[in-house]
Amino acid sequence: MATTSATASRIQLRSALETLWRIRRDDEVIITTMGSAREWMTLGEPNALDFILVPSAMGHGTSIGLGLALAQPGKRVIVCSGDGSLLMNLGSLASIVAANVPNLVVIVFDNGVYEVTGQQPTASADFCGIARACGFDSVYGFSDATSWADSARTALDAKGPTFVSLNVEPVVGGTAPHSPGPTAARAKRLMEALRR
Amino acid sequence: MAIYPTALSNAAALRVFSGDQIASLLSEVGVTHVITVPDSTIGRWEPAIEQTGRTRLVRVCREGEAWQVAAGLYLGGATPLVMIQCTGLFESGDAIRNALHDWKVPVFSIIGYRSYLDQAKLPGDTCLVFTEPILDAWKIDYRLITSPSELHVIRDHFLSCRAAGKPGAALIGE
Repeated sequence: MATTSATASRIQLRSALETLWRIRRDDEVIITTMGSAREWMTLGEPNALDFILVPSAMGHGTSIGLGLALAQPGKRVIVCSGDGSLLMNLGSLASIVAANVPNLVVIVFDNGVYEVTGQQPTASADFCGIARACGFDSVYGFSDATSWADSARTALDAKGPTFVSLNVEPVVGGTAPHSPGPTAARAKRLMEALRR
Repeated sequence: MAIYPTALSNAAALRVFSGDQIASLLSEVGVTHVITVPDSTIGRWEPAIEQTGRTRLVRVCREGEAWQVAAGLYLGGATPLVMIQCTGLFESGDAIRNALHDWKVPVFSIIGYRSYLDQAKLPGDTCLVFTEPILDAWKIDYRLITSPSELHVIRDHFLSCRAAGKPGAALIGE
């Protein structure tokens, strides 16, 4: 099990996502929710395999990612979740391990608050410890932008399922993301892109 | 809508279908994955489903997960089916709303209807009050199945819902 220790510093959410944007391969599916979705949509032209999960059932990005990873074993599926979201569906981490999906990566952007509702505190949790206890094959934690940038590709390429915890700063005034378009049409486009 | 049906006292008669019947049906209609949390009726079907080698079981921790895993599978090109008890349906609300109605993913489900046939074990079980109204509220077109002669109803409803691209359910009396 690969593990990197966290430190007390924090990464800017946008910087963390810019790293992911930069190293992401074209055939990787990336699911974003809440704050990560809001920022991801501002980084540039979308990839056909981007799935902006807005609107969502909060916390279920990991579950949709599990389904996509099972259906598409030849593609890596990367789920970007917040800590508040993940806390709503912690059991999904055990389900992911039980399903034995080596192509699934869960990244939690842990800012310690429910950002889009006004930064109320979330229950704090040792997400890397939880992921290890659930049996994730590879677990990483990063608290500074340089370490994340240096090791991100290694983490994504590790034997999965993989769990990455990023200690990020809350975005002051961060609001809920707007849907980038009609949902049914976006779902259809994703299905078509996955068939290619 | 049927509420508080006549109680049956013979619990041994309440297993509507065997695992082999359900497993064969799922294979026949092309279900690739069954996402499930078991109850004492539908859980007994798992070994037969696994033995077909054509339908993979995906065991989740809580029923809300099941609908969203199914949504991901469907978007990825698979043919999933959710198999849970009605109590899990109650837990699933926001996941159903999002997967079936926001994203319009036509997930089919088999839902165990606790206490519908056997009211002796849990007298006054409120599953009988809420199950069908909740399926109606979530706009899930369902068929109530209460006897072993109705296996074809599940198949016909599954195929009909698939052709229409809409969610559906088979509600299995327990």
